[in-house]
Amino acid sequence: MKTLSANAMVGGLFVGAFVIAACIGSVWTPYDPMALDMKARLAGPSTQHLLGADEFGRDVLSRLMLGASASGIVSLATVAIATVLGTALGSISGYLGGWTDRVLVAVTNALLAFPGILLALGLLAIFGANKYGIVLALGIAYTPSVARIVRGTVLSLREREFIDASRISGDSGLYTLLRHILPNCIAPLTVLTTSMFGWTLLSESALSFLGLGVPPPAPTWGNMLAAARPYLAQAAWLAIFPGLCISIVLLGINLLGDALRDRLDPKMRGMQ
Amino acid sequence: MNTPPLLTVDRLVLGATAVATQVVNGVSLTLRRGERIGIVGESGSGKSMLMRAVIGLLPPAISKLGGSVRFEDRDMGDLQPEELRKLRGKGIGLIFQEPMTSLNPALTIGHQLEEGLALHTAMDATGRRDAILAMLRRVGIADPDAAVRAFPHEFSGGMRQRIMIASVMLLEPALLIADEPTTALDAVVQREVLELLHALVEEKGTAMVLISHDMAMVAQYTDRVLVMQKGVCVEEGATSELLRAPRHEYTRKLLSALPRRAPARAIAPNAPLASVRNMKLAYGSGSSAKAVLHGIDLDIHPGEIVALVGGSGSGKTTLGRIIAGLLQPNEGTLTFRGQAVNRKSGGYADYRANCQMVFQDPYSSLDPRMRVREIVAAPLRHEKSMHSTARRERVNEVLSEVGLGPQFADRFPHQLSGGQRQRVAIARALARRPDLVIADEAVSALDMTVKAQILKLLSQLQEQQGFACLFISHDLGVVEQIADRVVVMHRGVIEEQGSRDEIFDRPTSSYTRKLLSAVPMLTPADGGGIDLVWRAA
Repeated sequence: MKTLSANAMVGGLFVGAFVIAACIGSVWTPYDPMALDMKARLAGPSTQHLLGADEFGRDVLSRLMLGASASGIVSLATVAIATVLGTALGSISGYLGGWTDRVLVAVTNALLAFPGILLALGLLAIFGANKYGIVLALGIAYTPSVARIVRGTVLSLREREFIDASRISGDSGLYTLLRHILPNCIAPLTVLTTSMFGWTLLSESALSFLGLGVPPPAPTWGNMLAAARPYLAQAAWLAIFPGLCISIVLLGINLLGDALRDRLDPKMRGMQ
Repeated sequence: MNTPPLLTVDRLVLGATAVATQVVNGVSLTLRRGERIGIVGESGSGKSMLMRAVIGLLPPAISKLGGSVRFEDRDMGDLQPEELRKLRGKGIGLIFQEPMTSLNPALTIGHQLEEGLALHTAMDATGRRDAILAMLRRVGIADPDAAVRAFPHEFSGGMRQRIMIASVMLLEPALLIADEPTTALDAVVQREVLELLHALVEEKGTAMVLISHDMAMVAQYTDRVLVMQKGVCVEEGATSELLRAPRHEYTRKLLSALPRRAPARAIAPNAPLASVRNMKLAYGSGSSAKAVLHGIDLDIHPGEIVALVGGSGSGKTTLGRIIAGLLQPNEGTLTFRGQAVNRKSGGYADYRANCQMVFQDPYSSLDPRMRVREIVAAPLRHEKSMHSTARRERVNEVLSEVGLGPQFADRFPHQLSGGQRQRVAIARALARRPDLVIADEAVSALDMTVKAQILKLLSQLQEQQGFACLFISHDLGVVEQIADRVVVMHRGVIEEQGSRDEIFDRPTSSYTRKLLSAVPMLTPADGGGIDLVWRAA
C-alpha cells in the first residue's frame, strides 16, 4: 500500500477537523449559540468563552461550530449543483458540436460576462434570500466555468484516436462519452471543484456581508464575519476566528484536491 | 590531411545528475572541414543530446559529466555565453526536425532571415536583402520577393524546411547540424529537401552532421556513419563499408530492419469483401468547400493486403476513415460483402464487427485510464452471446497472439513502450476476428527495429487468420515489404493501381515514379550487409 503524500495528510487533517466540528456542532455546542448574554458582550477569549463572545454576548466558538455545518452544506450543495450542471452542459456542447455547441457556448459566455457575485445577487432576488436561494443562485452562477472547462477537455479528447477506436468497435455515442471521455475529464474537474469550494465559501460570506446570506440569527461563517465589521477596533477576534476557519478549510480542501488528482491519475498508479 | 579537425568530441559523458543516469557515455568523434557524417540510432540512443552538447543547448536537467568538445581550436567548455552566442549561427548552424514550429509564426520570412545576417555580419540593409533573395531562389522558392513578406503559415512543411535551410546557410557556417531534418515530411518532399541540403553543403564546403533514425537516408548523404545505441557509439566507419560489412550486431540488426520485398503471394480471385464506388467527399460547404476525394472506386478482396499510398493531402486517410465508417461521404457507396453499409440496415452489426482499425499513434489510440485487459475486451462487449469467462480467455488468447502474453493484461498504457502499445492496439482490432483490418500509418510512428517487428507481426497474423488488410502508408519501403496490391493516390484520385511487383518494377505514372525515387532498393551484399540502389525519378 502506498504511503499518503504530505498534501493528503495535511489536507485530510484540516478537512477532517472541519467535518468533525460541523457534526458535533449540529448536536452539541458549549453554549446555546443563540442565547444572548449582555454581561459577556464583546468579551475577549477567556476560559469561559474560549474564542470570546460577540456583540450580543453569544459564544463565538458555539456559533462557529453551528456555522460550520451551515457553511459546509451551502458550499457542498453549490459545488455539486455547478459540477453536475456544468459537466452535463459542457460535455453535450463539446461532444455534439454544431448548433447545439454554438447555442450553449453563447449562453455560457453571456453568463460568464457577469461577475459571479452580481449574477448570484440577481438570482437571489428571484429565489429569495434563504439557504436554498443561495445554493441555487451560486450553483447557477458557477455552472458556466465548469461547463467551459469540461467542453474544452471534451473537445481535445474527442480528437484522440481512442475515441475513434471506441466508435469503430460499435459503441454508441453516449457510451463513448460516459466510458471514455468523462473519466478523462476528472483531473481538470477535481482541480476546478476544489477551488470552487473555496470560492463559494467566500461568496456565501460576501452575500451575507451584503445582508443577502442565510438570514440572522442563524450563524454562518460569512455572516459572522460580516457582523464583526463594526467592532473590528474593539474586538478583532470576532473577525479573526471566522476568517481563520475559512482560510484553514480552504487550504485543506485545496491540498486534498491536489492529492486526489494525483491519486486518480493512472500515470501515478502502478509506479513502484 | 594535416589540417586540424573542425570538431573534436572526446569521450563525452552527458547525464542527469539528479537521477544518476547517463544519456551519452564516452562518445568520441572527429570531423574535418567539409566532411559529412551521419549519426544513426533509435530514440533514446543519445544522438540528439550529443549534438545539443556540441552547440551548448543541453536541456536544464542534463549536464556534461566528463570529456570535452573542441570546435576549431577552442574548447567549448571554456567559452563565455557571449562567445558561444557568436558561434551559434555563424560557426555552427542547426536545422531542427519540426519545420512547423521552428519558424516564428508572428514574423515575416524576410524578418526572420535578416535577423541572423544583422547579428553576425557587417552587411548593410540592401546587401542583406540581396543575399536573402538570392538564397531563397537557391533553395527553390518560386517567388522570393513575395516570400520575404509572407508569414510561415503560408508555406507547406517542405517549403518551410527549405526556408529553414536558407536561414541557416545564409550565414555560411563551417558546421551544419541537421537533426532529423526531414522526418516530419512526406517521402517525396523528404528526398527533394535532402538533395537540396546536400547540394548546398557541397557548394559551400560546409561540414555536416546528419542525425537520423533512417539508415538508408544517412547512407545516401554521408561519407561516414556513427551508430549509437543507448548512449554508446557501437560502430563507426565509412558509410559504404559499414553498409556492406557491418561488424557490430546492433548495426546488423538495424540493417536487417530495413524493409525488403517478400515473395509475391497468389490471392485467389473472389468476390470483393468491401467495395467503394464513386466516393466523393469535400470538407466545408458552399464556396469554401475543399474537395478531398474526387470519385474513388476501390475493391478489397478477402485475404489480400492492399496498400494505399500517397503524400499528405492525397486523401488516403480520408478514404480509410470512410471505409472504417468514421466519416460520411458526400456521395458514393460503400458495400461490405455485397450489402450497402448503412447504419439502419440489418447488415450493419456484421460490418461493424468485421471492419476494425489500427491507428497511427499508439500514444493516443489507447484510453490512458484503462488497463490493457479492458482495452482489448472493449470490442467484445458487443458479442452478446459471450460469457465473461469466455471474454477473459479471448483477451488472453489475443494478447498471446500479438506476442504480449497475459502478464501485460493488468498494465496501463503508460507502462508500455511504443511497440507494446501498438501490439495492444492490434490485439483490440483482432479481438472479434474481423475480416477487414484498416491500418492507418500503423508503423509510421515507431522506431526502426520496432517497426520491423510490428510489420512482421502484422503479416504473420494476416497469414494465420486470413483477414483482408487496407494498409495506408506514405512509406513505400514498408509497402514493398507487406503489400499484395498497391493503390497510389494523388490529390484525391487514384493515380495508378496494380500488383506490388507491377507498381514497384514497372510504374506507369510519373507520380508513382517520383514516389519510388524516395525509397532505395536493397540487395544483400557479400559482407553480410546490404547494397542500396536508388531508383531514378
